[in-house]
Amino acid sequence: MAAFTSPLRVCRGILKEIRSLKGPEYKQTLAYNYVLDQFRKNQVSSERYCRAQEEALHASHTYLCLLTSTRHHLVLHNLYHGKGERGPEEVAGMVGLRLPTQPGGKGWEK
Amino acid sequence: MLRNLGRLYNRASCGVMQRWPCPYQRGQACLPVAVGNSKAYSNATSERKKFYQDVSISQGEEGLFEINLDRRKLKTPGGKLFTVPNEALAIAVATEWDAQRDTLKFYTMHLTTLCNTALDNPTQRDKDQIITATLKYLETDTVCYRVEEPAGLVELQKNEWDPVLDWVERRYNHLGSYNFWSLTGLEYVITQLKSVVLSFGLVDRHLTVEQAVLLSRLEEEYQIQRWGNVEWAHDYDMYELRARAAAGALFVHLSSESSTVKRKLLQD
Repeated sequence: MAAFTSPLRVCRGILKEIRSLKGPEYKQTLAYNYVLDQFRKNQVSSERYCRAQEEALHASHTYLCLLTSTRHHLVLHNLYHGKGERGPEEVAGMVGLRLPTQPGGKGWEK
Repeated sequence: MLRNLGRLYNRASCGVMQRWPCPYQRGQACLPVAVGNSKAYSNATSERKKFYQDVSISQGEEGLFEINLDRRKLKTPGGKLFTVPNEALAIAVATEWDAQRDTLKFYTMHLTTLCNTALDNPTQRDKDQIITATLKYLETDTVCYRVEEPAGLVELQKNEWDPVLDWVERRYNHLGSYNFWSLTGLEYVITQLKSVVLSFGLVDRHLTVEQAVLLSRLEEEYQIQRWGNVEWAHDYDMYELRARAAAGALFVHLSSESSTVKRKLLQD
């Protein structure tokens, strides 16, 4: 049932994530070299549907999901939850509402 | 047997069943506060200033891998030396520490958290106790909880959940064959997905993380289709759940050492 994208795409996806974590010098990281190494090793296997390869592909797919989801989660966290308490106007704005305003400003009725 | 359970809970028509409270609070899943050591376990949402530049790994005694932050060795919140059984896990953990910018965001470091839990074992349980706790989830498994209305959701649950249930019924799982580390990861996945069935589907590579998370959130997805998606709640939860489930599944995979060793032997 588990359907995967191709190993090449997963590999490139992971490397892209590492790059977004580390910036331009991402090629010097442990993870970059390890991931490339693992993908090259699994490539040489002659059996196309061998169990080990399938296992490695699922693991790499899972790792890619971990990296992308963590990134997306952090972006949303910083956007919505990272700034502490919001003012009432801002909260109302988030759900598409505006607080009622009184003509002439607050306290005009006195 | 699972079907019967499903029917039973269906009849009970008790909404609470669906999201059974997990032993850990959401957001603090693996940083539980050990008695008398509460300061060591910082709040999962708290941040700390980054105090290192370089992250590296090294192989120490008994072949275990350690994480080095500059020249200092990483320790667990409980004060133990932080060690992991293989290189892949060590690199994944090191990458988490390396990815932190100005502050350490512990809530994004799921693999580190899982390793800490396995090393410190803050709940002081042995393998059998974890297995018992794990199986208890089966009684209130998400995929066994069926609604009677609305019709659209009934059909969705039937079409999406039944194939996984069929699969797990055909398969017999020996929980005893998991080691302590894998069990820690497995239990974590179960508490996240709120389902033993889906968790097995994930760690046995029958489902991808995306599929397992979708099935776990089936009702939410249904409501989203009807009422619309709210990024700051739905997407936020989904990505968090995906990250956690992925970390847990990867942790189980990397901790099942026997299979890794076998694979290496076969390759050489």
